[in-house]
Amino acid sequence: MSNKIAIALLVCIGVVVLLAISELPLYGSPDTPAQNYVAERYIEGALSDTGALNMVAAIVIDYRAYDTLIETTVLFTAIIAVFLVLKKGTDRKGEHK
Amino acid sequence: MTDFVLKRMVALVLPFVQMLGFYVIFHGHLSPGGSFSGGIITGLSLIAFSLVFGLERGQEKVSERMMSLVESFGALWYGAMGLVGVLRGTTFLMNKGAGVPLGEPGKLYSGGLILLITLGVGLKVASTVVTLFVALMEEEE
Repeated sequence: MSNKIAIALLVCIGVVVLLAISELPLYGSPDTPAQNYVAERYIEGALSDTGALNMVAAIVIDYRAYDTLIETTVLFTAIIAVFLVLKKGTDRKGEHK
Repeated sequence: MTDFVLKRMVALVLPFVQMLGFYVIFHGHLSPGGSFSGGIITGLSLIAFSLVFGLERGQEKVSERMMSLVESFGALWYGAMGLVGVLRGTTFLMNKGAGVPLGEPGKLYSGGLILLITLGVGLKVASTVVTLFVALMEEEE
């Protein structure tokens, strides 16, 4: 019984997802919401706003500095996770666990 | 590894690899590359040294303590650079709006805080790669 409910739910969700996909704009078409003024602003203002010739660096470290800041903490988290799993530490008395 | 040719080749090549790594970090705002790619190049040169000459000699060159210090202060350095904007009365991580001199485009000093932030992130990426490598290698033994 629960299998039939699950299949019915899956079909419903699938229909909704397919309807949403059919409404998506074509890939690369110029009038999508993603093609807005932001890219133009970056291209025209990167040099005068940041003074950096490399536009990628200007975007990554100046316009989107918050993004890169959190990205560096992702690296830090990766290191902590590896240490948690692999590193054999000592307890407070200095004895190896 | 005790291969003579390998050791001599690595000793010849690695200084240039490290120089390239720091070049890519310092010219991140001028040419393709930047903190992440330059940091990876620098870190991989240290990993190659450890692979060829052994983990102990690699640890002598850059100690684990130094790596963890760089690792810990890399992101803090980024945050401190962000506070420059706050101290100048604008928002966090502000560059031009905080009155940082941008310099002449094309010169090594240009782009305001970008160079300093790139240096911190590059060192942090290098130490991350090396620390991951050392942690995995120590587990192997």
